[in-house]
Amino acid sequence: MTQGIYEVLKNEQLTSAVYRMVLSGDTSALVRPGQFVNLLVEGCYLRRPISVYDWDEKTVTIIYKVVGEGTEKMSKWQEGHKCDILVGLGNGFDTSKSGDRPLLIGGGVGVPPLYGLCKRLVAEGKKPTVILGFNEEKEIFCKQEFSALAETVITTVDGSVGVKGFVTDAMKDMDYSFFYTCGPMPMFKAIEKTAVGSGEYSFEERMGCGFGACMGCSCKTKYGNKRICKDGPVLEREEIIW
Amino acid sequence: MVNTKVDLLGLELDNPVIPASGTFGFGYEFAELYDINCLGSFSFKGTTLESRFGNPTPRIAECPQGMINSVGLQNPGVHKVIAEELPKLKEVFNKKVIANVGGFAIEEYQECAKLLDAEEQVGILEINISCPNLHAGGVNFGTDAKNAAAVIEAVKKVTKKPVMAKLTPNVTDITEIALACEAAGADGISMINTLLGMRIDLKTKKPVIANKMGGFSGPAIMPVALRMVYQVYEKVNVPIVGMGGISKAEDVIEMMLAGATAVQVGAANLVNPFACRDIINDLPQVMEKYNISSLKEIIGGAH
Repeated sequence: MTQGIYEVLKNEQLTSAVYRMVLSGDTSALVRPGQFVNLLVEGCYLRRPISVYDWDEKTVTIIYKVVGEGTEKMSKWQEGHKCDILVGLGNGFDTSKSGDRPLLIGGGVGVPPLYGLCKRLVAEGKKPTVILGFNEEKEIFCKQEFSALAETVITTVDGSVGVKGFVTDAMKDMDYSFFYTCGPMPMFKAIEKTAVGSGEYSFEERMGCGFGACMGCSCKTKYGNKRICKDGPVLEREEIIW
Repeated sequence: MVNTKVDLLGLELDNPVIPASGTFGFGYEFAELYDINCLGSFSFKGTTLESRFGNPTPRIAECPQGMINSVGLQNPGVHKVIAEELPKLKEVFNKKVIANVGGFAIEEYQECAKLLDAEEQVGILEINISCPNLHAGGVNFGTDAKNAAAVIEAVKKVTKKPVMAKLTPNVTDITEIALACEAAGADGISMINTLLGMRIDLKTKKPVIANKMGGFSGPAIMPVALRMVYQVYEKVNVPIVGMGGISKAEDVIEMMLAGATAVQVGAANLVNPFACRDIINDLPQVMEKYNISSLKEIIGGAH
């Protein structure tokens, strides 16, 4: 983990509530896809934990949804805005377990961390398949970005685009070596019933510090108590207590 | 050259800055970021006799200039703390630490304190009396002078180390509790623990915290903490460790002027992991700015 002042290079609106922000600064603490950053927002006491979408040597890109006061303020940040961020938090996904044909399943605002993961898997010579689930057409984001990397299936609850239904409707007939998922809890529970074999789930929880000090986001697992922020947010399928 | 040293219950601290229990774990997360040996001392994660998972999540809620937590004393239990955490802590921190002890019955406090008394690393026992007494219908020990005194008296019997009573502010008159603890043998007072608070989510229309209520901390509570330290300083003769919202060097000085011999920094560590280091680095120049040559000399200076 590193703390630093980062500069907003770009802050673009992707859907009515989802934004993509590119920040420049030290990214040396980012080592795995699925890690997150914790942003200090003026006027808010606690930082805002947001998953990393992508990064390179000089920039980190996040995609976030406006859900409250903090993210609302973030959405107003202009190019050149400076902010205090903790970078490189959490364990991230383990690509060494993926096998040749991993399946990536994202739901709503759980989609972003799968992009960095997909990129890493492709770079490692694997052939990932991606399922991205949304409620309706106007909520869809990053379809092109994922399609450029891997075979990407979109599901919408109302059937306006792609497979009608939930991500699990698209999963049924698929054959995969391992799965990675990030999204809301109801989606996780449906995946848990449908998925075959091993996988990793990336969890969300209200956090205090984001770096393991306060024990605010603890959960019980089969391997003992874990902190979502430090020992997670990615947990193995085998250890999760549903 | 200014002098930041203070004496606290037989320990000479390089400076009065001590991370508060529950906001600094057992130090490792912070030791990855900076050399934590710059700290005056360090109050480690509240330890109970048995291991505890704590309360259900969500355990955290944000407030203007502060936060509410309802962690519920999650800790691995005193045996594991002694066998695993303290040896690891020793690798990153070479000064004496403050052992924060919690309990739900007087015997539990005693047993836990007795085990920690044998640890050479431990310089002071800080007794968190803000826990519910399970033998008295869950009423906090710390909200009743007799119960508070009973815990301190019991702990004093099993340890030779200095004992500090950590007081809850959720009482009508905190000086009454402080005096009762002093009379029961407390060598010092640390205060204040968090203020009981809550938040309600307008979307769900339910409390944000799973346990409904939790402890409110952060800069918003500093005036309350300061006032209470000021009041207690007028009544007791033992040293006070002041805490509640301290986030910068100026706050340290203000708290010491109210009567604190040393201070603890809590919530600030969670927002800025470098908070304690930054405060320590800033102290000399802030002292110079206010013509303070030695911190020892300003304790209780506002009275």
